[in-house]
Formats: sequence, C-alpha cells, structure tokens
Amino acid sequence: MIYFSAVVIPLIISIIVFCGLSENKKVYDLFCDGAKEGIKMTIKMFPTLIGIFLAIGMLRSSGLLDFLSNILGNFLKYLNVPSEIIPLAFIKPISGSASMALATDLITKYGTETRIGMIAATIMAASETTFYVIAVYMNQIKAKKSRNVIIPAIIADIVSILTAILIIR
Amino acid sequence: MNYLWPIIIIISFAFAIISGNIQNLNNSIFSSVSDVVKLSLTLVGNMCLWCGLMKIIQETKIMNYLMKILRPILNWLYPDAKDNKNAMEAISINTVSNFLGIGNAATPAGLKAMEELQKDNKNKEELSNAMIMLIVLNTTSIQLIPTTVIAIRSALGSPNPSNIIVPIWISTVAGTVTGVIITKILLRKKKFNNS
Repeated sequence: MIYFSAVVIPLIISIIVFCGLSENKKVYDLFCDGAKEGIKMTIKMFPTLIGIFLAIGMLRSSGLLDFLSNILGNFLKYLNVPSEIIPLAFIKPISGSASMALATDLITKYGTETRIGMIAATIMAASETTFYVIAVYMNQIKAKKSRNVIIPAIIADIVSILTAILIIR
Repeated sequence: MNYLWPIIIIISFAFAIISGNIQNLNNSIFSSVSDVVKLSLTLVGNMCLWCGLMKIIQETKIMNYLMKILRPILNWLYPDAKDNKNAMEAISINTVSNFLGIGNAATPAGLKAMEELQKDNKNKEELSNAMIMLIVLNTTSIQLIPTTVIAIRSALGSPNPSNIIVPIWISTVAGTVTGVIITKILLRKKKFNNS
C-alpha cells in the first residue's frame, strides 16, 4: 500500500505527459503556460489565508476552542464517545495543520491500533478542513452571500465523524 | 465572513483576557502570519505544477475520456452547469483528484471551476447551485487511498498501516452521501436563497 501511494503521483504525471506527446502536443510549452496561472491563483488567495489564519490562530490560542470542546465532551461522554477525541473533532473542520498535530499526538499517546488511535486516524482522512475550503472557494469569485453552504458541509462532517465513532469499537 | 471574522477575533481577545492566555494570543498573531507565508510557498509550487499539468490534460484527449466516465454522475450533481464545458472539465479534474487523494491538484482545479461557474452565474454576489454542490463535495471529499494518514500510522509504528482504509471509506461515504442529499434538498427550497 505504501508503495502504491508512492507510485500514484509520478505515474499520473507520466501518463499525462505521455498522452500529450502521443498527440504531438508541445507539452513543455503547455506546462509552462498552465503553471503561470498557478502563480496568479496563489496571489489571489494570499489575503484570505492571512485573514483566516489570524482569526483561527486567535481562537485557538485564547483557549476558547479547548473550553468549548471540554463542555461538549462532558455531554458526549454519556454517548460512549471518548472525550479525548472531542478537541480533534472540533478542530478538524477549522484547521488542517492543528488537527494534524492533535491527531498525531493522540495516536502516539494511545497507540495506532487502539480505539482512540483508529478514530483519530479516520477523522483525519474522512473529512476536509471545511471552513478553509469554503473560505478559499468563496474568495476565488469574491462571492459575498454563501447561501448557507456551511449547513450541508457541517452536517456531512458531523455524520462522518459520528460514523467513525460508531463503527470503530 | 464580514460578520463571522470580527466576531471570532473579538471573542477570542475577550476570552484570552479572562483566561489569562493573552501572551499565547499575542504570539499566535505573528505565528499565524508567518504560517501563511510558509504555506503559500509550498502552495505556489503545487499550484504551478498542477495547473501546468492540467493545461496538458485539457489540450489532449485524456479530458474527453475522463469526462465521458464521470458525465452521468456529474450531470446529476451539477444539473445547472451541464452546458458549461470549461467548468465541467475543471470539476472532473477536481473530482478525480479528490478521489485519488491528490489534494494539491484538487484545489487548483476546484478554484478554476469556481471561476468558470461564476461566468454563468446570474447573481455574481451569490453562490450558484452548482458552486454550492462543488464546495460541499470538496469539504467532504471521498478518498480512495488516504495517503497522509497511512503514512502517519506507519511512521508511528503500526503493524498494518492500511488497516484503517475500510473504516475511512465507510465514514467518508456516509459523510459525502449525507452532504449531497442535504444539499439537493436545500437547493430545492426557495428559502435557502436568503442569507
């Protein structure tokens, strides 16, 4: 499996380049042309990223996020949800790097094959950094009204996290 | 965002004062800014790489092939964008990359799709139906091979790192299906158009 994941990306790149060649396209010129757009897109994203990271960094370092997850954790304990998981479930939709750090920490502490370790790994892979995705996508077209896109996105996150907790026993 | 952003900042500040975390808060302001610079540096490289490759894909027949396979599913998911060829191309690449777990390729394609969809959007201030579906699918993202997590597990000494795949599939499919169904239902309601 590890080998397989190492092969995927080089293989895809080679297939793309090969297909271009076999159709007699100037692949290198095309590549450079497309790469130019990449710079434009990143520059466009930069201000949003600063804004989002600032707000989320403040939210996390003020201790508010931990405070909230502790309150919720006390409720969820009765539902057989391990309270160690709650901060991760909270942070996952908000910050990719923070949740990565948290999950690695949990897995190291409790072990890779334990219930908590498995749930942490599943939460990491089963959903995306929802708020970040929404902010970046909306900013791309300078849309002001989100039409509550957050509702289906968050419900989907909750369902996938709950499923992870339910199926891993 | 114009409401949420200031609320988060002010509440965080207030909470930090109460809980005595003001020093942490101060540090985080500067570290988040430099985090963005670091992130953007990796991002700009990846963006250029995948935008470049996408350009090749668009100019060759790979795209037609990919789109033919995905067409029925994508037509159902994005009924309003059916006729926008450029948008559907970008959406196809975005979907395939998400599925293969190449987040670095999915984001540039997804953002390109947003721009293409915006051209057809009647109200430029508001997300269109297709955009909402695209965003929801990108927040849930079905993954065939969760490479990052497998790598972490193996780094932490798991005897069988890929053991995690089936639970991940089940939970990500549950999330994605829920997301799609709720989006479809909400989009049908007129009320959803406010706010």
